[in-house]
Amino acid sequence: MLMETDQKSAPTGAEPKVPVLALREVTKTFPGVTALSEVSLELFPGKVTALVGENGAGKSTVVKIMTGIYQPNGGQIEIDGSPVHFPTAQDAGDVGVTAIHQETVLFDELSVAENVFLGHAPRGRFGLIDTSAMMDHSREILDGIGASIDPRTKLKDLGIANKHLVAIARALSIDARVVIMDEPTAALSQKEIEELYELVEELKAQGKAILFISHKFDEIFRIADSYTVFRDGALVGNGAIADVTEAELVKLMVGRDVSQIFPNRERNTGDEIFSVDGYEHPTEFADISFTLRRGEILGFYGLVGAGRSEFMQALFGITRPSSGKVTIDGEDAIIRSPADAVGKGIVYVPEDRGRQGAITTLPIFQNVTLPSLDRTSKNGFLRLAEEFKLAREYTERLDLRAASLDTDVGNLSGGNQQKVVIAKWLATQPKVIILDEPTKGIDIGSKAAVHEFMAELAAQGLAVIMISSEIPEVLGMSDRVIVMREGRIATEVTGEDMTPETLVRHAAGI
Amino acid sequence: MPKQIFTSREFLLTGAIVLLLAIIATRFPAFIAPSNLANVFNDTAPLILLAIGQMIVILTRCIDLSVAANLALTGMVVSMINVAVPGLPVPIIIFVSVAFGALLGMVNGILVWKLEIPPIVVTLGTMTIFRGTIFLLSEGKWINAHEFSEPFKAFPRTELLGLPLMSWIAIAAVILFSVVMSRTTLGRAFYAAGGNPHAATYAGIDVGRTQFWAFTISGALAGLTGYLWVSRFAVAFVDLAGGFELSVVAACVIGGVAIMGGIGSVVGAMLGALFLGIISNALPVVNISPFWQLAISGSAIIIAVALNAQANREKGRIILKRAENAT
Repeated sequence: MLMETDQKSAPTGAEPKVPVLALREVTKTFPGVTALSEVSLELFPGKVTALVGENGAGKSTVVKIMTGIYQPNGGQIEIDGSPVHFPTAQDAGDVGVTAIHQETVLFDELSVAENVFLGHAPRGRFGLIDTSAMMDHSREILDGIGASIDPRTKLKDLGIANKHLVAIARALSIDARVVIMDEPTAALSQKEIEELYELVEELKAQGKAILFISHKFDEIFRIADSYTVFRDGALVGNGAIADVTEAELVKLMVGRDVSQIFPNRERNTGDEIFSVDGYEHPTEFADISFTLRRGEILGFYGLVGAGRSEFMQALFGITRPSSGKVTIDGEDAIIRSPADAVGKGIVYVPEDRGRQGAITTLPIFQNVTLPSLDRTSKNGFLRLAEEFKLAREYTERLDLRAASLDTDVGNLSGGNQQKVVIAKWLATQPKVIILDEPTKGIDIGSKAAVHEFMAELAAQGLAVIMISSEIPEVLGMSDRVIVMREGRIATEVTGEDMTPETLVRHAAGI
Repeated sequence: MPKQIFTSREFLLTGAIVLLLAIIATRFPAFIAPSNLANVFNDTAPLILLAIGQMIVILTRCIDLSVAANLALTGMVVSMINVAVPGLPVPIIIFVSVAFGALLGMVNGILVWKLEIPPIVVTLGTMTIFRGTIFLLSEGKWINAHEFSEPFKAFPRTELLGLPLMSWIAIAAVILFSVVMSRTTLGRAFYAAGGNPHAATYAGIDVGRTQFWAFTISGALAGLTGYLWVSRFAVAFVDLAGGFELSVVAACVIGGVAIMGGIGSVVGAMLGALFLGIISNALPVVNISPFWQLAISGSAIIIAVALNAQANREKGRIILKRAENAT
């Protein structure tokens, strides 16, 4: 397992010489972004390799390359030492590579047996599916992994843990040699996690190579034999679990050269303008309280699924909290709909631009004025001159270059679409602005522009809430950071306590 | 200046109509005489009115299959009112037809908005219910020409500046709804709700309520058309305008309304309706069998959808900086 990029000494275990599956200096680029640069990874039979890294480190991309969903731009994939190509997911499945995803990719309306055997069902006479053989095989496999599930049950009637077991049964049904588990325990209870560990041990005993992706250090140290750490799409370290400590892993994950420079802000926060007291939701978050001052940037850090976006959506009136109170400028604010929130001076710039941000079929100016139409219209009639004026003012402030404000937003690049969305919200003249992953998926140059702009917003006295999963961004931009874990506030840190290690520890719960 | 895409799409459709007229003229020159074209327009007026309403509904990612049944039910109701109270002035009849049609549209809208039932299911159901209601009201009997009062029948034929009022109403509706769609906050909400419902929600637009208003407008126009239809043809019965909802949807699709919502215009819907109206008026006079008429209308629909799909596919993102600055 010795690699050129290795920063640590290679383990001297007694593992077999030839990996079942190996990636050799695999590179994957998307337009404008390098998702993976020359990463190497080896999986050995009967061994569990933990893949560790921050959000956006390239873990999912690697999984997609190994399962034939993405094609690498460089490097090669090897099975038993000989190079292979996976043009489709089917090809990866044929050589025994299978993945169990974070969100199970199964079919709710089909039976358990149909899910297990979809695409490779046993055939009977006339090439028709042999249903009884399918049921029998499913039952055997499920019994084999200790799952007491009736294969005739519809998948939608199962709980999340049992769905995972079905996914695992599916992996076994195609005689998998490599099993990839992408955060398999994220949605499981402690008891279910224990059962999963036993299953992993069993798969190991059967000689399967396992890639285990997890944020939870306790489980990595419990079941993994070796580790591989990715950072910013590159391999930064690997070795045997026995040779590493938690602290060292955290350091590998987050430690980076400071390539990004953040605007130097004068931190002069003003009066308290906004407070949230005891926000609760029956299933998504609980007990969220914090305050916010004028000119302050408050960072929200957490792992994906920690409940940050869910809480913000409730705050913005998209969903209803079961209890909790919001105060703006010392007055209680009741927010039942996004329109209420905008009216009270709260805006939310969502993470998913495509789905929740811009309306691509409408021109730029109409996108910008959409939440401000009450100001650019009179008695329900639009005043186009006012609309253009407002749109021009805010798109110019963001340095948005487009030939005309009449251009449909669908014709703009991703970065410019982002600017349209931000312009739209600034035009409402908000008091509090919530930015959900404001720089996700945009290039370094545009990132700097967004950071500059965020600093300017704060300087103008706006209170900014920034959700971000990028530690440098959180630390570089925030005056204060709230770390969320499993729907609750894990900690609130400020000043000297704002270190990468603190954030990761609290976010992962170690 | 605004919306190059829409104007170009409408420009193309206008070109297609001119081409169609030119082809017809080679076989039957009298067809393109102004008086005949005015007749064709007048014949197509009901389709134009319904297509405008349908266009707004489709814009919000819904569909209204109940328009023809609404037309027939409202037509029957105002006919029965006319039979019962022959002296009731026509403006009141028109008001009743618009209000009653709007009410039926609101039923669709409420079901889609509050119960979140898929629009195709809602309107398929109400379509059948409306037809059934006509049967219950009329006991399956027809109301014939001699039973209507003269003013009731005369209204759509009354000429003003050389055109029947029927045509003027269609023209007025095109202008009115062009203004509504491009110059009011409601019109903007229709485009936004259909273009990206999630983004519209974040911008403070209630997508369900917007859809409700779309159905209400569609219903009101169907009701109005119901009166115009029964008075023009001087007959009301259960199966009046049976299957007409499909022509209405077809007119929208030919007129460049995206079936996935968010894209469309009043003028486009009108041109789509005129295209179908010209085909159905011209083919009989140039001795083409009704079978071919259906085949040609059907082909026009498929070609229009294919062209729209093509246009949307080509509209990729501009990634290169220089390309973006050049647009």
